[in-house]
Amino acid sequence: MPLVTEITPEKIEMDQLYKEMGVTDGEFHHIKKLLGRNPNYTELGIFSVMWSEHCSYKHSKTLLKQFPTEGKHVLQGPGEGAGVVDIGDEQAVVFKIESHNHPSAVEPYQGAATGVGGILRDVFSMGAKPIAILNSLRFGSLQNSRVKYLFKEVVHGISGYGNCVGVPTVGGEVQFDDAYNGNPLVNAMCVGLINHKDVQQGIAKGVGNTVMYAGAKTGRDGIHGATFASEELSEDSESKRPSVQVGDPFMEKLLIEACLDVIHHDALVGIQDMGAAGLTSSASEMASKAGTGLKMNLDLIPQRETGMTPYEMMLSESQERMLLVVEKGREKEIASVFERYGLEAVAVGEVTDDQQFVLEHKGEIVADVPVDGLAEDAPVYQPDSRTPAYFEEFQNQTYTPEIRNPRNVLRSLLQQPTIASKEWVYDQYDSMVQTNTVVRPGSDAAVLRIKGTDKAVAMTTDGNSRYIYLDPQTGGKIAVAEAARNIVCSGGEPLAITDGLNFGSPENPEVYWQMEGAVKGMSAACTSLETPVISGNVSLYNEAFGGHAIYPTPVVGMVGLVQETAHITTSDVKQEGDLLYVIGEASPEFGGSELQGMLEGKHFGQAPALDLETEERRQKELLSAIRNGLVSSAHDIAEGGLAVALAESLFKEELGCEVEIEGDEVTELFAETQSRFLVSVKPEKAEEFEAQIPEASFLGKATNNERFHIIRNGASVIDEPIQMLKADWKGAIPCLVKSEG
Amino acid sequence: MKFAVIVFPGSNCDEDMYHAASEVLGEEADMVWFEEADLKKYDGVLLPGGFSYGDYLRSGAIASVSGVIEQVKEAIKDGKPVLGVCNGFQVLLEMGELPGAMLRNKNLTFMCHEEELIVKNNGTMFTAFYDEKETISLPIAHGEGNYYCDNQTLEELKRNNQIAFTYKNNPNGSTADIAGITNKEGNVLGMMPHPERAVEKLLGNDDGLRIFESILKHWRETHAVGN
Repeated sequence: MPLVTEITPEKIEMDQLYKEMGVTDGEFHHIKKLLGRNPNYTELGIFSVMWSEHCSYKHSKTLLKQFPTEGKHVLQGPGEGAGVVDIGDEQAVVFKIESHNHPSAVEPYQGAATGVGGILRDVFSMGAKPIAILNSLRFGSLQNSRVKYLFKEVVHGISGYGNCVGVPTVGGEVQFDDAYNGNPLVNAMCVGLINHKDVQQGIAKGVGNTVMYAGAKTGRDGIHGATFASEELSEDSESKRPSVQVGDPFMEKLLIEACLDVIHHDALVGIQDMGAAGLTSSASEMASKAGTGLKMNLDLIPQRETGMTPYEMMLSESQERMLLVVEKGREKEIASVFERYGLEAVAVGEVTDDQQFVLEHKGEIVADVPVDGLAEDAPVYQPDSRTPAYFEEFQNQTYTPEIRNPRNVLRSLLQQPTIASKEWVYDQYDSMVQTNTVVRPGSDAAVLRIKGTDKAVAMTTDGNSRYIYLDPQTGGKIAVAEAARNIVCSGGEPLAITDGLNFGSPENPEVYWQMEGAVKGMSAACTSLETPVISGNVSLYNEAFGGHAIYPTPVVGMVGLVQETAHITTSDVKQEGDLLYVIGEASPEFGGSELQGMLEGKHFGQAPALDLETEERRQKELLSAIRNGLVSSAHDIAEGGLAVALAESLFKEELGCEVEIEGDEVTELFAETQSRFLVSVKPEKAEEFEAQIPEASFLGKATNNERFHIIRNGASVIDEPIQMLKADWKGAIPCLVKSEG
Repeated sequence: MKFAVIVFPGSNCDEDMYHAASEVLGEEADMVWFEEADLKKYDGVLLPGGFSYGDYLRSGAIASVSGVIEQVKEAIKDGKPVLGVCNGFQVLLEMGELPGAMLRNKNLTFMCHEEELIVKNNGTMFTAFYDEKETISLPIAHGEGNYYCDNQTLEELKRNNQIAFTYKNNPNGSTADIAGITNKEGNVLGMMPHPERAVEKLLGNDDGLRIFESILKHWRETHAVGN
């Protein structure tokens, strides 16, 4: 094994070894200036991970500042492990989304599993009990055998970890597009529940207090994971497999229990999980937030392997570890809490007053760097931005699909993997453990009751990257609006969002332009819909071999409050005779639509327009009608348009429908015009419903003849058995997964 | 009636079991940490589902040799009702208190959804509130729920009326569609489906509540004699 510590500071500079750690010439000189000398190998490693895109947000910081982060419900905005939002009765929800794209691209099972583990720790390190996991996944075409492997293993990884820790995986979304062939996206979101008084902070306060390490031992896995996540995937990425961590959900489960016990201990001062950049980031961030310094003796770090160097220990991303700051002299009390669960908690250092991050190893100081240099003074870049040529072109295009047989088009649309039933996926997730899940996966949003109250929380992840590719600003608005629609359809009031920003290289001006537009659009929608951003994650350099950037994919994770469980609404039409209404008119908008992708094999033209005022008005009206008990089911009209939304709503009860449409057939059935809802209403509530939502237009009725029947000008446009459509929709993904190739 | 819900390291349906017994059924219940258990004070023992010890070995294998197990055996000997759900069923099999073993689901993946069950024996202390041959629906959530036993054991199970529930549409490959079995004495029930997840209409289904109500009924009847 090479003795990496022996590489001298001079050699690092002479041979430009810093470049191998992703540090640029400019950044290296900046480090020298901060230290007043050359960094040694360990110090350089520490800077390199802390200044990686993943930890420092150096290419996205200026954009992230544009997000509205304050609101009447927000108790904790971005900056801590996760954001905190008030839900009344001295209770709050804590949530955040995080990406594990790069690890999942090379080692999908562990990549996805540890993505779940990491986001759980972000939430329970705030003191919250994790009550739900969601995810947002993007894969290439399922015809591709590697994509198929990635898809299966990512789902297994999420299921393997989530099921074992006993937190239900209640919702999410999966989309498929060639744009993700070499670079899948795996974003995991966790929602936790907490009492206001229990909210913790990752802070290293109180000079002389003890720094304790709890949980799994440190090994050599995940070294430089944060740096790996901050560069493009390449042919060499396979060799980065050792940068992928290995998860131990049993350890995590014990750690959850122990941490939720320890937060009630008055000797605890601060707690933070060791996520990206492991010990380095947790320790230095806790000190930076408190304005203190921190000294650790690396000989005391529990180690899984012998002969680990300071560099390896500081950069390891071994999972299931926490860092605590506790009152001096009370270490034993804290350790005994962990011992009950068979876990180790040991003192490894102390809080100091010199604002330096100092590491000792075998009697020598191996690192001595200013705390703020790692966090506050990290470089910030203002990348160049350039409008891509495609955008101008798309803006001047109008696209009208030509179809001959709407029946066949509907059947094919229902079999598109992005639209098709995701039961094959969510059946592998325990969605019910903790017995709070009122609305399980498959509806617009998942809904969980809060035990001991009559409240519930609704949650969803959304983001249609095709619209964002066509027009980042409009697409960004749509992503937020669609998430809010899903919450509203479930009977909830949207509270706040967490954003998972997945893009290509910010150093490509056209990618940065996409980022700018998306953030602007999302911010506008967040302001308008009063859903501030309380946490988030940025994953850049999502480019597969050969520089193909993914579609710009900001994912919105949203949580809403359902005031009374009686308001909980699903997307399924409940019974024969219920009246069907559509809120909002269709326009011939097909740019970025599922239909366009299916017919043309690509996406182009204009994204559907979105008027935020209309959006807000319709959402408020619908929510109020739901609260007044007038709505039996509600479903937002999204990919595939009205025809798909209608079919999806009828599948559960296998009802038929008799629906009459006017105007252009293709537009009415398949356009993806925004801000629209499909609603069913009991006949006796119709009058009151129509009075409350004058915009709602009557479509027809649910029938018991099990036929999906659409009529225009007295003639049948589609007349199919609902079971056949359901079989198309349900069978598509299992069929693709099982097929050879 | 007083229930003990045994909590092993890594147990994760323990709180759900507690909630069902305590909040919904309305009886006394304690979550009992496996190392601190004194089961003498309890009238019934609930072995929760989910996982235990991460189940890195066979499901339930490590829990079945943990410290509390001798006391569970005592409780069984004393004729107290012992209900093992999912992982709890696996623990009971590993203990040898119930015959047979669990294999991985035939499709080799974890599955979580509701399944229809047929009540095969409503003469047990766990199933008195069901009708014989009644079809009920309960959630399943397992990766190793493919019950296996040899022909001789199966014949014995049938002969002794030990098969409590079968699946209507066998989801996991279980021998003879078996979803739940009792011991010969009838005071131990192991089942893969989760009754504790189906005790409230709000969550869509309360078919599981009658198992808890049946246990309570039996306890009241057997204890009324002495009063």
